[in-house]
This record gives sequence, C-alpha cells and structure tokens, in this order.
Amino acid sequence: MNAPLTMKDYETDQEVRWCPGCGDYAILKTLHKFMPTLGLPRENSVFISGIGCSSRFPYYMNTYGFHTIHGRAPSLATGVKLANPELDVWVVTGDGDGLSIGGNHMLHVLRRNVDLQILLFNNEIYGLTKGQYSPTSKVGTRSPSTPDGSVDRPLDPCSFALGAGAQFVARSIDTEMKHLTEMLGRSHSHKGASFLEILQNCPVYNDGIFEQVKNKKTAADSRLVLQHGEPMLFGKELDKGIRLNTSLLQLEVVTLGEDGITLADILVHNESNKVLAQMLAGMHGPDFPEPVGVIFCADVSGYIEDVYAQRIKVREARPPADMNALLRSGHTWQVD
Amino acid sequence: MSVVEEVSVAGAQARVLEGVVVRFAGDSGDGMQLTGNNFTEATAIYGNDLATFPDFPAEIRAPAGATFGVSAFQIYFGSDDVTTAGDAVDVLVAMNPAALITNLKDLVEGGLIVVDADAFTDKNMQRAGYKANPLEDGSLDAYRLLSIDISKRVLDTVKPFGLSHKFGLRCKNMWTLGLTMWLFDRSRDAAIAGLRKKFAKMPDIAEANVAAINAGHAFGETTELHAGIEMYKVPRAQVSPGLYRNITGSEALAYGLLAGGQLAELPIVFASYPITPASSLLHTLSGQKHFEVVTFQAEDEIAAVCAAIGASFAGSLGITSSSGPGISLKAEAISLACAVELPLVIVNTQRGGPSTGLPTKTEQSDLFQAIYGRHADTPLPVIASSTCSDCFEVAIEAVRLATKYRTPVIVLSDGYLANASEPWQLPDFNDYEGFPVVHATEVEGFSPANRDPDTLARVWAKPGTPGLEHRIGGIERDAVTGDISYDAENHQKMTLMRQAKIDGIARDIPLQSVDQGNTTGKLAVVGWGSTYGVIHQAVKRARQSNMDVSHVHIRYMWPMPANLGELLKGFDQVLIPEMNTGQLIDILRAEYAIDAKGVSKVSGQPFKIREIEAAIKSQMESK
Repeated sequence: MNAPLTMKDYETDQEVRWCPGCGDYAILKTLHKFMPTLGLPRENSVFISGIGCSSRFPYYMNTYGFHTIHGRAPSLATGVKLANPELDVWVVTGDGDGLSIGGNHMLHVLRRNVDLQILLFNNEIYGLTKGQYSPTSKVGTRSPSTPDGSVDRPLDPCSFALGAGAQFVARSIDTEMKHLTEMLGRSHSHKGASFLEILQNCPVYNDGIFEQVKNKKTAADSRLVLQHGEPMLFGKELDKGIRLNTSLLQLEVVTLGEDGITLADILVHNESNKVLAQMLAGMHGPDFPEPVGVIFCADVSGYIEDVYAQRIKVREARPPADMNALLRSGHTWQVD
Repeated sequence: MSVVEEVSVAGAQARVLEGVVVRFAGDSGDGMQLTGNNFTEATAIYGNDLATFPDFPAEIRAPAGATFGVSAFQIYFGSDDVTTAGDAVDVLVAMNPAALITNLKDLVEGGLIVVDADAFTDKNMQRAGYKANPLEDGSLDAYRLLSIDISKRVLDTVKPFGLSHKFGLRCKNMWTLGLTMWLFDRSRDAAIAGLRKKFAKMPDIAEANVAAINAGHAFGETTELHAGIEMYKVPRAQVSPGLYRNITGSEALAYGLLAGGQLAELPIVFASYPITPASSLLHTLSGQKHFEVVTFQAEDEIAAVCAAIGASFAGSLGITSSSGPGISLKAEAISLACAVELPLVIVNTQRGGPSTGLPTKTEQSDLFQAIYGRHADTPLPVIASSTCSDCFEVAIEAVRLATKYRTPVIVLSDGYLANASEPWQLPDFNDYEGFPVVHATEVEGFSPANRDPDTLARVWAKPGTPGLEHRIGGIERDAVTGDISYDAENHQKMTLMRQAKIDGIARDIPLQSVDQGNTTGKLAVVGWGSTYGVIHQAVKRARQSNMDVSHVHIRYMWPMPANLGELLKGFDQVLIPEMNTGQLIDILRAEYAIDAKGVSKVSGQPFKIREIEAAIKSQMESK
C-alpha cells in the first residue's frame, strides 16, 4: 500500500494565473486539501471545465483534466462517464459558462442525473472577457456592455437546478473552507448529479457582491446555515428564524420571543422536501438571509447506472456479439 | 426496358426483359415503403441484381390525397450489373390520384400503370388537381392502364377477419404487392412469413394481410386482363457465387462502425441527436447493446459531439453523426478534437440544403464544409462512401484513421445512400485485419505531448492509468511538455505539425485507381460519393459506343491520394458530375490546377444515367 496522498499530491507545477485576491484561490486550496481525504486513487479523478476564469481549474489539479470549450463541460463529462463509469468526474464551471452559453447542457445533465460533481462558481460577472454582466448579475449591474445598468432579470442557479430536476442542490461560499469542505464531501458521496453553487468574489469586476453574506460582522444576520432536521435559526443570538406563513404560502423572517413566536413556529429543514427546497433556493437578501448548505438531496438512481443496468439486461437475453452473425442477420440468400 | 422475347410463364404470356423499373407510389400512410421492401426482398430471392430508391416526403402524415404527401419507392432489377435505381419508370403503381399526377412524368411511353380505381373519387381528384377523371378522359392513352377496384376487393377479402373499415383498407398495399408479385413471377413466401412475424401478437391483422397478398396474386392469375398486359420475365443476373443480403447504406455504416470498434479493440460511445436522414444510424446502433457500444441521444448536436470527445478522452472511441446543419453546430467541438488530437468519427449523411433545405432528399453539397468548414487551421481526413455496401468499408477505414492518427475523421454519406438498398455479397469478418489500439501505460518519460515519430500521432493516455495524470485543453499546448503555451514560435510549430500529421496520411492510403477504362486518354469522368452507380453505367455505355472515357471515383477526399493530380493530368479533359454546384471542381483546381468541367444537379434527386451520358457525349464532341 502506498503512502496516503497529501495536499501536495494534488497540486500541479503550473503557475496559478488568477487575479490577486480572487475567490478561486480559496476554492482551489480547499479542493487540494479535500481530495486526499477521499482516499481514492488519484488517477481515477477527472476534472473537466469549459471556458472562463473558473474553467482554468483543471490545470491546477494534478489529476486527469480537460479544459474544453465554452459551456460544454457537462456534455464532455457525460461522455467520460459513459465510457468509464468507474471514474470520479468533477465539472468546474461558472455562471456564464454553466448558465448562459451552457445552460442547455446544465439543464440536461441535471435532468438525466449523470453521476458528476458540478461546482458552479457564481461571481455574477464575466471575468475573463473583462467584466460584462452575466445571467446571474443583479438588475442594474453596470458593466462595459451595460454602461447604464443591466435591465434583464437574473437567474437563480439553485432554483434553476431544482427546476431541471437535480437530485442534489447545495450552496456554499468560496472562503468558508470548513463549510465548503463539508459541502464537497456531501456532493461527492451523492450518487447522481450533485450541483454545488459556490458564491465567489471577483475582486476586479464585481468586488464585494457577496460582502453582506461573507463579512464576519454581517454574516450572522445575512446567512442561514441549513442543517437537516434542525430549525432554521440565524442571527448572532440565533434568535431569528424562518417561518412558513401558511395563509400567504411564503416564507417569512420572525424573531423568537416577539409576537408570541416560539421555537415550535420555526421551520425545520428537511433536505428531501422539494417544495421547501424550491422556497429556500429562491430566498435572497436583503430581506432574507442567504441559505447555505444542502438545500435538496434525494436518492434516485443515476443515468449512467441505469444505462449499464439496461445493457446487462439486454446482454443476458441475447447471444454474445458476433460480427459475422450480425452481417448475416435478416434475410440472406446463397448464389451458387 | 428492352423486350428480349415473348415466352410463356406458368401458362401465361410473358415478355422477357433485361431490366425493369417499378415504382410504388401512394399516400405517406399507404405503406409504400413496406410494399417496396417486400417486393425487393422477393426480387433478391428470385436472383435479379437490383437497386432501390425510397423517396418520401418530409411530412409524416400529410393530409390524405395531398400531392405533397406522396411517398414513393422505386426498384430497378435486371439480369445485368445493376448499380442505380433506374432512369425511367416502366411500371407505376399509383394508389391515388395524387400519386398518379406526381409520378406520371417519369413513366416511359407505353409503360404500365396500376391504379386503385376506388381512390379516384371527386374529392381526391380535385385535391390532386385533376379537372376530369384521368382514367376515363383518354389522357393516359400513351400508357397501358390497369384500373382495378382495389379498395372494394380488399374490403371483401379481409371481411372474415373482422377488421374495421379503416384497418381493412390498410391491407390495400399488400393486395397490390400480391398483384405485382404475380406480374413479375416473384414468390410470396418471404413476405407472408414477414407479416406473420411482424404481427405475431395480432394474428387477425397478420392473416388479413396474408389474405390480401394472396387475393392480389390470384386476381392476376385468374382475371382475363385486357390485351397488352401480361407477366414479365426478368432473367436472373449473373452474380458471383456467395452469400448475399440486402443492405441500406445506413445499416452498412452502422455495422462498419461496430466492425471498426472490434478491429481497433475499442469500445464505442455513439452520441447523436435526431436529424433526417441521419437518425437511422442511432436507431440501428442502439439496438446492438450486446456489442461494445453505448449509444447516447444527446440534448443537441453540440452535446452529442462533445460527449463523443469526452468518451475518446476516457479511452473509448467517440463517434457522432448528423446531417449538414447539425455538422455546422458541431464545428467548434470538432476543432477542439483537432487541437487536443483525440480520435473522433463524424458521420455526415448529407441532405438538400442550405438550412432545413430538403431534409428527405439527397445532395452532396457539404464537401466544402467537411474539408474547410471549421475555424482556424484544422485539417482532418474526409472520406466518402460510394455505394450502400461501401459504407461498411468506409466506416472501418474512418475508425482506422481516427485511432491511428488521433484525429477527427469525417465520413460523407448522403440521403440516397442511407435509404437506398442493394444486394451485398457478405464478407467474412475474419478476413479483416485488426488495428488494435494501445493506450499509454509507461510512466517513465511520459508527456501528453509525446508523439509517434512516424505517424505524428499524439500519445493516448486514458484516465485511470496510474502515474499518467495530465491535463489537455483548447489553449495551445507546448510541443514538448503539453502545458499551456502562448509562445509565438511554439504555435507556429504546432500548427505546422498538425498539418503535417494529416498530410502524412496520404502515404497510408491506396493510390487512386481507375474504376473503368484506361489510365490516360481523352476524358476522365471523376466522381465521389453516391454518384458511383450512375457514372459507372454512363461510362460503360459510352465505352460500348467506342468513346475513350474512363471513370475515376475518389474515396479519400482529404488528404487526396498522392497520385491523383498526375493521374488526372493524363487525360485531355476531366468531367465532374456532382450533386452540388461544383465543389470538387474548385478543390481539384486549387490542389492540382486542373481545369475540369462540371455537371451539376441539385434537385434533391440522384442523377439519371442518361444525364451523365449526355454530358459525356457533349464533352467528347466539344473537342
């Protein structure tokens, strides 16, 4: 048995070329630390990306890697898994790559439930092309292509994933190593497509967009850490919570002890409840805390598993493959 | 058709023919393709050489009786070297007025028309555009007309089986098939066995159809047909001994890809998106799960090619398939495969274009697209199949080149080849030489940029191999380390290297041969793809008239065979028939400064022999 792998084993000799202060550094470091904890042979891991800042990721992971074309990483990754289901395949993408040019592939890879870990770095901006607004940018975002502010409404990645039929949807934050590590672990252990949105700061083109959620001073009031089976409490004193207003059928923020609110009024998180997941995925500031953690997790069989199971069934029912027999299938006749 | 003699067959008068063209035409819901296929099988069993051409509309179920909904199936069979589905129709089976009006122009004078008189209602005739009943107004006097109340007879025949009026009428095509089988002295056994198999779970339907075939046949046998209508006798062809089956180009291509995978000892991932006329490849392969093939119906053309590339990265052979518009969508990803140097096979079953164009009709206008249609300098091998059975060989060759040179390879087929069929003398697969792929495993000295010094093929190391972890990608790669490189000289070097690799394939393919005629002379007729059959016949006829004409048919469209330029320069003139506006002419001019003349046809229909013959004649007379 070889010595256990360490963080160093997952680093490459390539110079990392993200801008100073980019959230991608923190995510990369967390991955470098996380991968050895899986105890898997390094040669079985594959990182696949599209185009964009986040998509440089594979060059910095000493595993197998493929930096492909814009938006298509989910399709390439599906092909890799179809060819070799034993491989541990990760897709690294961003809000532009994964939800704009590659939106269709993201939809279908989630719908099919292909056994992949999909890490979507959401910085709400196009970085590599120098700062245009993205499909997740808030209305009014000023950018080189929207000098007077963007007018189209943004898409919410986790709501999109749930709508597409994803069976695992989670959210974390670039610099929260402990939480991110936990989410990576959950993503990895989930069979099927795991969709993990990582809120990531772009210090050059969209600095501070998640400041409210990330800043230690404001985080407690602006972040809701979801835990299965636990009440949805937040705030420095854990005195605020999320309640379902049943007459309006919507979530609301309440404070324990005010207006007769008790712990019994607070919603308890249930990862397997899709309706709840959809409400949580669409819950955003400033009036609500930003939920992080596993929003939804259900256990259904994955596409690759089903493809191979069907193949085994067909093979049991048919004679072994024989090219000459195939050519002679159907009607043949002999000319003497 | 040429009448050889009059003989007696089974007690009836019969005329003996060298070859005959029969066309079945009806509503797209009338089952004309099934009728044609059954007749083809019976004809193959009889021992004629044959070729078929189905011609169906883009509409799946057009309104009954509409001219745009007419579906047709043509078969040419004879006693001598049949390589096309025939120029003109000798026997036209028309199930309704629309089928008659749209197909009559192709019928030879004196040709036989078989119609269902019951379908010539006022409504149907009006819909087809007839002002008067053509069966009665003398407008068909130039032909021999066999007008039968087929619908009524069918309903009477199937009555005992308890079928509804609607289902009963659906047996019309089988009644007509029975009559046509009588006309040409074909056996009904295979068709009857096929029906019983197809409708095994619905014995009433099966037996009603069998009864309809038998009734149609009996009608021919027992009815006193009026003068001029008799049985035909088409003697068996002299074909080389062996085991045969009928094959469409699409089936042959699918089998060839599976065969290629076996010879390369690689599993296949076939990823595709439905598009006419290419989808049948996906259908055929998805039914072969006992072979080492996984099929994937992707969400779009781009996902399909990307999944195929992903599969190749993982060590399998990725294959994708489409028609022209879909290939356009795949273009960016094909360039990625050129850049990262992974094997990939792309099948283009060409159709009439541009855009949606004529989806169910044939054309060969994607030659420029195949050779040049990508961004940047991205040469790749392009090979074209010339006949239905040739699709098998071409598919194997595509797999060989893709895996040996780690490059995308484009296979050009077309709508005609895909759907047409011909008898195929079955090869013994054990006679094919393997070309097993060896993936890298040696850690010492490994770099993802390593390449074979002879072929210049890049090393293929698949994920899961310990110690060979590496990254590839679309950013230019250093020639030595494979790391990303923006270095100017390196890019120059890599671009030239990728080109040299593809150019070098010319050393690994056969020299261009001459299919018919001398290797130098007055005129070379140069073709590629599905025009093989018609050019073959036209050149044969021209040579029989003592013209100095040769036929050169190109399979390797890029890179071209090393001797092609010299070979063509040995002829005074070069004539190129193409189902486009002259793409090969431009390529030959660019490559060899040859000034060829063209014959262009872009009507969605294959060339007729006489069209090529006329072009040969006028070319020979021009000098």
